[in-house]
Amino acid sequence: MSKSINVALIGNPNTGKTSVFNQLTGLKQKVGNYPGITVEKKEGVCKLPRGVKAHILDLPGTYSLNTTSLDESVVVELLLNKNDKDYPDVAVVISDVENLKRNLLLFTQIKDLRIPTILVINMADRMSRKGISLDVDALEKKLDTKIALVSTRKGNGINRIKELIADFRTLSTAPNIDTSRISPKYFNRLQEAFPKEDLYKLWLVITQDVNFMPIEKKRIQDATSFSTKSKTELKKLQHKETVLRYQFINNTLKDTYKIDFQAAKGLRASFDKVLTHKIFGYVIFLIILLTIFQAIFDWSSYPMDFIDEQFAMAGEWIKNTLPAGVFTDLLAEGILAGIGGIVIFIPQIAFLFLFISLLEETGYMSRVVFLMDKLMRPFGLSGKSVVPLISGTACAIPAVMATRTIENWKERLITILVTPFTTCSARLPVYLILIALVIPKGRFLGLSYQALTLMLLYLIGFGMAIFSAMVLNKILKIRSSSLFMVEMPTYRLPLFKNVAYTVLEKTKSFVFGAGKIILAISIILWFLGSNGHSEKFKNAEEIVNSRIETEGLTAYSKNYIQNNIDIYKKNTKVSVVEQQNAIGLKSLQDSIQIMTDILKEKARVQEIASYKLEHSYIGYAGKSIEPMVQPLGYDWKIGIAVLTSFAAREVFVGTLATIYSVGNDEEETIKNRMAAELHHSGKKPLFNLASGISLMLFYAFAMQCMSTLAIVKRETNSWKWPLLQLIFMSAFAYLVALTAYQILK
Amino acid sequence: MATVADLEHGQKGVIKEFSETILPIKLLELGCLPGNTVELVQIAPLNDPIYINVNGSHIAIRRSLAKQIGLDIIEDPSAI
Repeated sequence: MSKSINVALIGNPNTGKTSVFNQLTGLKQKVGNYPGITVEKKEGVCKLPRGVKAHILDLPGTYSLNTTSLDESVVVELLLNKNDKDYPDVAVVISDVENLKRNLLLFTQIKDLRIPTILVINMADRMSRKGISLDVDALEKKLDTKIALVSTRKGNGINRIKELIADFRTLSTAPNIDTSRISPKYFNRLQEAFPKEDLYKLWLVITQDVNFMPIEKKRIQDATSFSTKSKTELKKLQHKETVLRYQFINNTLKDTYKIDFQAAKGLRASFDKVLTHKIFGYVIFLIILLTIFQAIFDWSSYPMDFIDEQFAMAGEWIKNTLPAGVFTDLLAEGILAGIGGIVIFIPQIAFLFLFISLLEETGYMSRVVFLMDKLMRPFGLSGKSVVPLISGTACAIPAVMATRTIENWKERLITILVTPFTTCSARLPVYLILIALVIPKGRFLGLSYQALTLMLLYLIGFGMAIFSAMVLNKILKIRSSSLFMVEMPTYRLPLFKNVAYTVLEKTKSFVFGAGKIILAISIILWFLGSNGHSEKFKNAEEIVNSRIETEGLTAYSKNYIQNNIDIYKKNTKVSVVEQQNAIGLKSLQDSIQIMTDILKEKARVQEIASYKLEHSYIGYAGKSIEPMVQPLGYDWKIGIAVLTSFAAREVFVGTLATIYSVGNDEEETIKNRMAAELHHSGKKPLFNLASGISLMLFYAFAMQCMSTLAIVKRETNSWKWPLLQLIFMSAFAYLVALTAYQILK
Repeated sequence: MATVADLEHGQKGVIKEFSETILPIKLLELGCLPGNTVELVQIAPLNDPIYINVNGSHIAIRRSLAKQIGLDIIEDPSAI
């Protein structure tokens, strides 16, 4: 047999569906305990007995085929569309042994679509602990299917699933329930109007709330034009369907499924008591949050420093090893610098997702939602907004994606719109360098001013998010049902594999998603910065050389050379008598002379580079926007950095490094170079308290992230919201930065 | 009429036949059907949402929704 079998994995959230997928395909991916975490289409290939292959599709978790969200409609769309290339030859319904009754609702619906269906009962290892006994043979007969008892935690039963899939042709396709019993009269009329259609499919199409693909839409229109029932009547019939199904399920389970409550043991109650306690609950949540912040800022600094050094070394190595030329420059200053700017964020993102996936896997995240819901509601947010807002401190992109679990559209939209205000990790490098430059080193109550400033910036971001949510809540006139429902899953020990894979997956999606943009911008920047059309650019070398001959080096260069010589003198032992580790006076003078020459040459090269940049394409671009940024206290160089930051904030520091053409020498860090830069009046440093705070506030509020805009467009399905975000946030940032500078200067 | 919102900590009730109100279908799917027992497991610190166990499903819902589910409160939990 050459064609592979199409298999769809379907199941309620929290049944371990994704774990089954991982074990079948070996292609690991995300599993969570937070309802609705599997939101994207996941595929894999599985080898079955007798050399047969199966194409496995992991569908989003859903409680039934009556969809209320887009995620769920993915499932229904596929099952209703026989022409879809992924239309399953066999459906595998994954259920959790503890919630079998509820899980069977979905099973009976799929069975009634006449798709060959296998039932997987997962978490079988918990049966004895929960006092559950099951008569699998009788259950198979009653449900007219084949059952696989599985424990993904222990790895049992996976082979049984594979065998059942391979033998899918022997499965019965008879429905479980006579669906015309929902309303015999109505179904009769449907039958007369559409004699060729499957009635249950038609019924599903008519009752769906969510949009369908074009082909299906056509059918809906035909069917709804026929519809003689009002929406309320249809809803009542849907209720009736659910009741009918539960009657069937209760009958089925009466003799086959037993729970001995005496034998059942669980930690749920005692854990819940502490974790949702009115005081301890919040204290524990706060401690967890603090630990996450500590990890992101403190623990991740070690791997980040290491990465930074490695890239600096690699850049030097390339410049020293490869022949000088455009290609080498592109490699060292464009590509390598760009990749370095991406890789540096990996530790922080990995830490954040390590914690988030641990909290989801254990079931704690749902308790956070439970704890926070009432607190968030006055702001037009829901308890489910907490996770996106926290994730937003790493990166707004996964955070916006995480809003999918919010059922209420208005709450979801507000969460999407305000999440970019939270301080994401891309703002961090900008803050860190500016704080080091402009905030004094003193202490207040034992806390350093610099740390306090950073904390304040985080609070401003979060405060702004909450405040704008409140405003949006008042302004937006969207009516949407306030259905809020969170499943509180059983507490579980996290599976190491699942956590590890989440971290890997998220980091990968950052590196290849946001990373691409950062890399592209670095290369464009490098090109714009190292090319120009003016005469001044082309003759930069001669112009600078002749200026140095007549006027000497610039003040900065002189200063720089003097400092280096001073340091050298201080560190060198001088002795009249020749001895170990010390050199004579004469040799010292010689060596200083040599050093000065080298440094002078270096300064000359640097001044040429800087002159070139000023007259490159990017230099002219920066000059042209200078009038706009001058009232904020910036010069054209900062202007360029701000401009490029509109693609992604983290390129700010990299851009300045390129503009100041800072090499990778240790003593010549970008920070020192920025500290030496003078304001155009010549009297004070360019980065002073006023301009520094103005810049930080600008970065706190401005919408400077193309990837976030793209993801908001995707999630809201319109350009309206991302454009509004871009305009409003940036205008607001400009005004705040302007006010701050004008007051402080 | 008593509703799920009236339950006290640890108290149970049996869901009544729905009359006028049309509950969200999700609630029914999770087991909120007439005749099923609801137990109030926890109340959130600010008195809302509430955390219930219905038909073996542990879910948290807001009070506004809980008010729509009518039930007969079981005064003596040991009777069930």
